[in-house]
This record gives sequence, C-alpha cells and structure tokens, in this order.
Amino acid sequence: MRGFLAVYLRELLIIWHRLPRMLLSFSVSPTLYLVAFGFGLGKDLTVEGRPYLEFLVPGVVAAASMMQGFGINVEINVARFYLRIFEEFQAAPISNWAYVLGEILGGVTRALLSTLVILAITALAGVKLHLGPAFFLGVFLNAFVFASLGVASAMLIRSHADQALVTNFIITPMVFLGGTFFPVEGLPAWARLPLKLLPLTHASHLIRNAAYGNPVPLTSLYILLIIAGLGFFLAYHSVDRARD
Amino acid sequence: MAGLAVRIESLVKEYGRLRALDGVSFEIREGELFALLGPNGAGKTTTIRILSGLTRPTAGRVWFFEKDIFRESLAAKRMVGLVPQAVNLDLELTLWENLLIHGLLFGMSRRAIAQRAEELLRFAELWERRNQRVRTLSGGMKRRLLIIRALLHAPRILFMDEPTVGLDPHIRRRLWGLIKQIQTKGTTILLTTHYIEEAEFLADRVAFLDRGRIVALDTPQNFIQTLGEVAVDVVTSEGLKTYYFRNRGEAEREAMKLSKQGESVTLRRINLEDAFIHFTGRKV
Repeated sequence: MRGFLAVYLRELLIIWHRLPRMLLSFSVSPTLYLVAFGFGLGKDLTVEGRPYLEFLVPGVVAAASMMQGFGINVEINVARFYLRIFEEFQAAPISNWAYVLGEILGGVTRALLSTLVILAITALAGVKLHLGPAFFLGVFLNAFVFASLGVASAMLIRSHADQALVTNFIITPMVFLGGTFFPVEGLPAWARLPLKLLPLTHASHLIRNAAYGNPVPLTSLYILLIIAGLGFFLAYHSVDRARD
Repeated sequence: MAGLAVRIESLVKEYGRLRALDGVSFEIREGELFALLGPNGAGKTTTIRILSGLTRPTAGRVWFFEKDIFRESLAAKRMVGLVPQAVNLDLELTLWENLLIHGLLFGMSRRAIAQRAEELLRFAELWERRNQRVRTLSGGMKRRLLIIRALLHAPRILFMDEPTVGLDPHIRRRLWGLIKQIQTKGTTILLTTHYIEEAEFLADRVAFLDRGRIVALDTPQNFIQTLGEVAVDVVTSEGLKTYYFRNRGEAEREAMKLSKQGESVTLRRINLEDAFIHFTGRKV
C-alpha cells in the first residue's frame, strides 16, 4: 500500500510544484477550441437541438481528459529515459500493480484538474451544463482508460521518439474523430462503425449525456469499464517488459 | 567469522550475441567492502543492475544472506540500498521530498522516515538544505544525497555503482570518508569503480573484472605484494615498459643502470593498476 502511495505522492508533488504553469497550459488548448469552434464557428449553430457550445464543451472535456490522462506517458518517459527515476521504483520492494496504479492515478489527477480548468473557462463564457456525479464518473473513467494505455505505452516503447509516433498516430486522430467536435451518429454507417470502436467516442457520449442531464448511456459505461480493466491489465504486464 | 552477505554463482548476461557477463562467481562477507574493478564495458554495471533487480540475468543464481534473490525478490530488495551511477534524483522535488518518497517505497512509516532522514541529512551535512529543490545542489551534494537516500531504509547491503565518477578529487576524497563511515556501522558494501586509488583506499577485497569474467580476486595488499614493492617505469622507443622489484635497493640499482644507457626512468610504489595489468594485460 505504501508503495502505491509513494508513486502517487510523487506525481502529486510534481503537480504541486508545477501547479501555476500546469493550470495555464491546461487552459490553452480548450480555450482555442472554444474560441475557434464554439464562438467563431458555432455562435448560431445548433447540434441535436442545442447550441453548438453546449455540444462542444463535453467533447472538449473528453478530449482534454484523454490527453492529460494519456500524457502521464511523457512523465514516465522523462523519469525512465532522462531522470532514470524509474530505476528507483524497480529497485524498490513494490509490486507492479502498486507502480501502475500510482502512475494511472497520477494521470487521472491531471485529467481532473484540466477538466476543472475547462469548466471554469466555460462557466465564465456562460455555458450551463449539468455537472453531477455521472459527468465526473465519465471523466474519471475516460482518464483511467487513457492513463492506463499511457502507462502501458510508456513501458513498451524503447525511446522518447517512439512515444511521439504513438501520440501522432493514435491519440491525435482520436481527438478529432471521437465524437468531440461533431456527432458520430450523423456519419454514414461505414464511417460510423470504426469510430464507435474508439474509447473516446463512448467517453464523449457518456460525458455529453451526463452534461445534458440525460440518463447514463449504459452501453458506453460498460464499454469504458471493460477497456479500463483491459488497460490496467496491459499496463500491469508491460512493467516487466521495461526491465531489460 | 562473519557470515556471507552475498553469494553469486555463475552469473551470465547476454544481450543478443554479446555476452556481458560470462559466469561471474564471488562471495562477499558480512560487513566487508568489496570492490569490482575493471575498465568500461567490463560488466561492472551489469553485475550491480542484476543484483539490484533492474536487469534479469540470462543464467546464474544469487543469494543475499541465504535468500535467493530471484525467488524472493521483494524480501531481497528490502535488504539492499542502491547508489546508481547516474544521479536519479527527482530534481524538481526538495531533498526532504526525495527521501520521503524513498522511505514510503521501502515501507517505512512517516515517523520513521522523519527520524532517519534528519539523522542522515545531518550526517551528510545537508540538513540546512532539506527544503531546497534538488536541482539547486552541486554535483557533490547530489552524490551525497544519492548515498543517504540509499541508506534511509537501513539496508544490510549497499551497492554503489561508480559512486564518485565525474567528481572533483577533493569531493571524491570526502565521499570516501563517508563510505568508510558507512562500513564501520556494519553495512556490507559492493562498490564498482575504475579509479584504482579508490579501490585501493576503500576495499577490503578487490575482484578484477575483464570482459565479463573475474580474472583475479584478493586483498589490495596481496595483489601488490605479488608483484613486489617498487616499480620502475622506463620510456623506450617502443613505449612504456614497467619492471617490478622486491625492494627499493634493487629498483634503484636497475634504474641507475638504465638511466646511464640514456633511458628516461621513474621509480614509484607498485599499485593496484600494476596488478590489474599483470592479470589482464590491459589498463583499467
């Protein structure tokens, strides 16, 4: 238990020391998305019978929590290849699950912080959403899924450059195609099917429904729970691969 | 007689077709300071990495105080402190925070961490800087922090991989004092180095590691006595040649003879490097 606490506490201390910089950086992308796609493009636009901004904000939250959750891989890479702190964890008497859970929760914490920054910005812009437990459950699950995939990818890659490939080919396309900026339901069936396989599509769907005050879409919830479990399993088994 | 702290049997590590360790076996007695001496690429760091659980061996067995470290890896890790070659400290965190994380990793309570961290920070003369970020420390201070971090959970065995590499000579000497003090408190130490004088000054016993094999193992004094007492270095047209003599008188007579022949001659005490060259045919 203390092993898990040590790994998570390290992430929390890093966040604490960098907090002002971090909050500022969390606000840049969502502000740009909101200005460009929300205020610029969609002031009078409606989607699913609602103002486009109300559609957009949950999508931006899903995308940002995905990016910040997955972004734990950058921290792990720095700790592994540059600072070599990963060796301190490897030499310590802690189990793989303690390490993996600590790092995943580090990613989830960053994701929740970035969500709070977006909600603060959108509140200032006058966007009203239903921010109940289901909304934050959606954010948590989404962050957990991508943080666990982030930990797994950080363990499997052999250099920092490999990580950029994973981000460019998998994460960046998902930001745009995972039901964040437009409804997947509006696409033709051949395009809709592959997008329905993306975890972000289900996270956007869940978070958006929660933000509208609708019932939680159970299919998306179960799919995210299953992927979170698989992601954790993959991350857990990837730790030994990082040992040469 | 002290018991065995470390027992290594036929350790092999292969990276593809490269055999980094080729059947390394040795034992370290409890409370002993044992040095692995060898040139870069000899297999010193690979040995330490395997013993610390950072790298899996291709073959071989290792016991710490009779515990098989591959079967009981968590129990074995609790006995060990590691001072790695690279300064793997969290530069953004304070000295205190670095120690706190390490203590929690090794299952210590917050109270025990606070007590032990204060004791060690004072011992390493870093107490006044405990709330500073590590990135503000000098190279020597970071090395001291690295050493006390490894000692925080009171390990019975300490592995030090080139602990003074890249440091100024006066800081290196200060760290030697620190390492000796740690040994006098009963900690068994395995140290790797390619600094001859470091192994000679610190180690109770030295193993010469070359191309992944232990080529000789003895006390520094015995290694030196094997060759004699005084060395005569002669610079010839073919390069440097060294002759070894049992006593200074013999060496001086030979030096005088060579010098009359117009050779450039230097007399000096035989050191561990001479022994290394004698056994391996290579410089450290």
